[in-house]
Amino acid sequence: MVLSGTLKELAGGAAQIEIEAGNVRQLLRALGERYPALAPHLDDGYAIAIDGQIFQDAWFAPIGPDSEVHLVPAIRGG
Amino acid sequence: MNDVPMQALTERKLKIVGTRPLRPDGVDKVTGRAKFGADIHLPNMLIGKVLRSPHAHARIRSIDTSKARALHGVKAVITAADFTDLPSEFIPAGEMMVNYRDMTRNILAREKALYEGHAVAAVAATTEAIAAQALKLIEVDYEVLPHVMDVAQAMEPDAPLLHENMYTIGVEPTPAKPSNIAKRVEFSLGDIAAGFAQADVIVEREFTTKPVHQGYIEPHACLASVSEDGQAELWCTTQGQFVVRSFCAKLLGMELSKLRVTASEIGGGFGGKTVVYLEPLALALSRQACQPVKMVMSRTEVFQASGPTSGAKVWVKIGATRAGRITAADALLKYQAGAFQGSPVQPGCMCAFAPYDLDNVRVIGYDVVVNRPKVAAYRAPGAPISEFAVESVIDELAQRLKLDPIELRLKNAAKEGTRAAYGPKFGPIGLVQTLEAARAHAHYRAPLKANQGRGVASGFWFNIGGETCATLNLGEDGTVTLVAGTPDIGGSRASLAMMAAEELGIPLENVRPVIGDTGTLGYTFLTGGSRVTFSSGMAVVEAARSVVRQLRERAAKIWEIPLESVIWEDGCARALTGEGGKPKELPLAEIAKSAGKTGGPIVGNAAISAQGAGPSLATHLVDVEVDRETGKITILRYTAIQDAGRAVHPSYVEGQMQGGAVQGIGWALNEEYIYDQNGRLENPGFLDYRIPVCSDVPMIDTVIVEAPNPRHPYGVRGVGETPIVPPMAAIANAVEHAIGIRFTELPMSPPRVLKAIDDKQAVQA
Amino acid sequence: MAKHHVTTTVNADPVEFLCTPEQTLLDVLRDVLYLTGSKEGCGSGDCGACSVILDGRLVCSCLVLGVEAQGRSVETIEGMASGDELHPLQQKFLEHAALQCGVCTPGFLVAAKALLDRNPDPTETEVRYWLAGNLCRCTGYDKIVRAVLDAANVMRRS
Repeated sequence: MVLSGTLKELAGGAAQIEIEAGNVRQLLRALGERYPALAPHLDDGYAIAIDGQIFQDAWFAPIGPDSEVHLVPAIRGG
Repeated sequence: MNDVPMQALTERKLKIVGTRPLRPDGVDKVTGRAKFGADIHLPNMLIGKVLRSPHAHARIRSIDTSKARALHGVKAVITAADFTDLPSEFIPAGEMMVNYRDMTRNILAREKALYEGHAVAAVAATTEAIAAQALKLIEVDYEVLPHVMDVAQAMEPDAPLLHENMYTIGVEPTPAKPSNIAKRVEFSLGDIAAGFAQADVIVEREFTTKPVHQGYIEPHACLASVSEDGQAELWCTTQGQFVVRSFCAKLLGMELSKLRVTASEIGGGFGGKTVVYLEPLALALSRQACQPVKMVMSRTEVFQASGPTSGAKVWVKIGATRAGRITAADALLKYQAGAFQGSPVQPGCMCAFAPYDLDNVRVIGYDVVVNRPKVAAYRAPGAPISEFAVESVIDELAQRLKLDPIELRLKNAAKEGTRAAYGPKFGPIGLVQTLEAARAHAHYRAPLKANQGRGVASGFWFNIGGETCATLNLGEDGTVTLVAGTPDIGGSRASLAMMAAEELGIPLENVRPVIGDTGTLGYTFLTGGSRVTFSSGMAVVEAARSVVRQLRERAAKIWEIPLESVIWEDGCARALTGEGGKPKELPLAEIAKSAGKTGGPIVGNAAISAQGAGPSLATHLVDVEVDRETGKITILRYTAIQDAGRAVHPSYVEGQMQGGAVQGIGWALNEEYIYDQNGRLENPGFLDYRIPVCSDVPMIDTVIVEAPNPRHPYGVRGVGETPIVPPMAAIANAVEHAIGIRFTELPMSPPRVLKAIDDKQAVQA
Repeated sequence: MAKHHVTTTVNADPVEFLCTPEQTLLDVLRDVLYLTGSKEGCGSGDCGACSVILDGRLVCSCLVLGVEAQGRSVETIEGMASGDELHPLQQKFLEHAALQCGVCTPGFLVAAKALLDRNPDPTETEVRYWLAGNLCRCTGYDKIVRAVLDAANVMRRS
C-alpha cells in the first residue's frame, strides 16, 4: 500500500507499507488501527486504486496478496 | 461485469452502436412538448419566492416575518428556524460525502449571510405578486461585516473570517487560530529537488483564473407537493433525482420512502444541478401550507446564488532536459470555494500533470472560503483551472527547447502503465492517439497570416462509475420499455436504447427509454462525472443480457430442448439442433406474446456499482486572430480530438466535444463575475456575463479516436467533461504565437488584451 | 389589480385571455395559456429562449407585455409543425443532432424560421449573426448552424 502527501504525513511519514487485507473494508479497518491519526480521514471520501483500477464505494473489492494499493480522493465530476 | 477482451471489443460486428439514429425523445424537444422544471402547473398551486441578503457578509441579528405572514394570500413563511441544524459531519449521500451543516446554512442562512444573494427567508403565496410583496414585509436586522472576495486576500492572517470554527485540515500541527483556509492537500511522487537539478531548462509562472458559471439556459425550478400525512412529491430540474431525495429528506427530517422525486427534462446542468437550492425550501413551504409550491429562480438569482466554479491562483514550475524529457513538475493551487468549503482543488491537483509520465512531481492545493456563492461542480471540476496553467507552461517550455509543442507532449505522454501523480497506474488510455491525430491533421499545417497564431493543449479527466439501476420490460407485442435512472442531459436516452437494441437484436424503434423517478427504480447516482453512457450503459447491457437469457429459457421450454441448445441471434431464439430441415426459430415478439403462459412477464433488472471507468484524454488545436486596435481575439478555427473509448452515438459524442470546447472559449475570452467594492455582483445577467454566442465561434471540427476501455462491454469511456479542459491553454498558447504576449490571467477580454498590447509597445518604445 | 381582457390569435387560432398589466406575453403563454414551449432563460431579452413571432416579426416574448398581443397574431413553437408533419427545420435539427438538453431549441427554431421566412438562402455568417440573440450552452452552435443551412436547402428545393 502506497501513501502520499497528506496521508503519508498522518501515517508518520511512511510512504510504502505492507498491510494484510483481503478486501477494501478490511484494509481501511487495518489502516485505521495501525495509524489512529489516519482513521478519521478514511471516511472522508477516498476511493481505492487496486493495481491501477480505481474503486469508489466498493468495500468488498478484492485485494490480492501482492496487490499495489493507493488511496485516491473520491472523484465526483460535474 | 468482467473485462471484455480487447479483441472481442474491436472485432464485434455492431448494427446499431456506432450509427447515428434520431434520438427517441427528439420530437418532444423540437415541438416544445417536453416538460422542463418550470413547465408544470398543479391545481391549488402557490408561488414561492426567496428573500436574499443584500450584503456580502453580515451577522443576522433577527428576522421578523410577522408582517409577511399577515399579508392576505400568503400561506407559508420559512426561515432557518424551520430547519433542524445538522452537525458538521461528512455523510455519504449516495456516493457523495456531504457536509450537512454547511448545506443547511447554504439553503437558508443561519448565523450569518455569507454572500450577496444568500437565501435568508422564503414565502409561498397565491400569486407571484403577493409573494414579492410579502418578501418586502420581512424585516431582517443585519450587522454588516467586512468581506473578502479574493483567494489570496482571504488567506492573509488578518482577513475577515467567514467561519469561526474553521481550522485548516491537512496541516500538521492543526493551526491554533481559525482562518479561511479549509484544507491543504498534497500529492507527490519521487524527488522534485533532484528532478529540477537534472533539468536544463526550467519555466515557472503564476496564473489567475476567475469564477465562471456553468451557464445553463434553464434556471433552477421545482414544484413540491406535501400532503397532510407528510408524503411528498417533488418535480425538479436536476442531474440526480435520487441525490435530491437524499439531501431533502435529510434536511427536512423525512424518511426517504416518503419523498418521491421526479426529474423533469433538464435545460443544462454541467454539474451545477447536482446540488439543491430551492427544493428543500419548496418542500418546507408546501409542508406548512399543505398546498403545492412552485419555485423558479430568476436569472439574477442564478448568478447571485447558485454555484459557479472556483476562481484560483495557480503557480506552476516545470523542468526538462534539452532533449525534451520532463524531469520535475511542481504546482501550487489556491482555489476559492465560495462561502463554504469544498472547492474542487483536489481533483485540480490530481489532474494538473496527469497527461504526463513523470518521475518527480508535487502538487499542493488549498481550499479557501470567500464571500461569494458556494462553488458547485462545473464540467471536470478543478481540472480546467490547473491544466490551463500546466498546458501554458508546457507550451512555453516547448518554445524554450525549440521543440514542436506536440513533439514535447509525445516525448512525455502518459500511456498504459504510467503512474499518475496521485498514485495508481493508468490502464489503456488514448492520449498518444490524440496527439498523433493532431499532428497529422490538416489544421496543423494550414497557413497563418499576421496577428494569427496556433495553439495546442491536451487535457485529462478521470470519469466515474457508480451506483446505477436499469430495467428492461418486455411488452406482450415484443416492444421494450427501458427504464433508466440517470436524467438525460445530452442525448443519453439514445445511446442507452441503442445498446439495449443491439443486445436484444431488435430495431431501435422498438425500444422506448424513459427516465424513472425515485419511486420506480433502484438507487441511481446522478448524471455527472461523464458516467451515463458508461454506467447506465453497463446496467442496460446487463439487464438486456438477462432478458436474452430468459428469452432463451422460454424458447428452450417451448421446444423442449436444453437451454444450451438455444442461441440468441438477430433478435430470435434459434435451436442448435442437428436435425435436417428448417432450423427452428422464434423471434422475440413471438416469445413475448406467450410469456404469460411460459412463466410470466419477462423483465431484466440490473443494479450495479459500476467500477472501472477509464479517463478520457484530449488534444485541441485552435487558430486565433488578435485585433491590435480593439484587443478582440477571434477564434478562426478549432479542432477537438478526443478518445471516446467507443462512440455509441457519434453525433452526441461530437456534441459533447463541441459544447465543452465552446464553454472553454467563453472561459478563456469573456466570462467573469464583476463585483463592486461592497461585494455586490454587477453583472448577474447574460448581457454582461458574456457567454459565447453563435457569431463568436466557427464550426468546431471533431475527431473521435477510440482506445476502448476493457471494463465496459462496448469499450465506452465517458467523454462529457474532458472537452472543457484544453481550450483555455490552447487559446492562450495561440495568442502568444500570434502576438508574442502570454496571458496568465483569464479572461483574455478585449480591455485586458489591449492594455497588454499597449504596455508591451510602451516598453519597446 | 384588475385584469385586462385580451383577444388575439395564437398559432392561427383565436384566443382570449385575462392578464395583469405587468404580465409579459411570455408569462401569459406559459402560465395562462399553458403553452410552455417558449422558455424563460433570463427575463431580460438576452437569451432568446422565449422567442416568438409577433405579426411576422421575431421578438423576445419576455420583452412584450401580454396586453400588447391585443389584435395581433402570435406564432410560437407549438404552431410550427403541421399536424404530424414536422417543419423542415424541426426535422433537420433532429437529423443533425442540433440539440442536447433541448431547452434553447424552441427559441432557435422560431428564430431560424423567422430568418428563412425573409432570407431563404442565408450564408453561414448570416445565420450566425441572425441567431446571435439565441444562447445555447450545450452544443457550441456547430450542429445548429448546419441544421439551419440544410433546412434552408431543403426548403428552397421544394
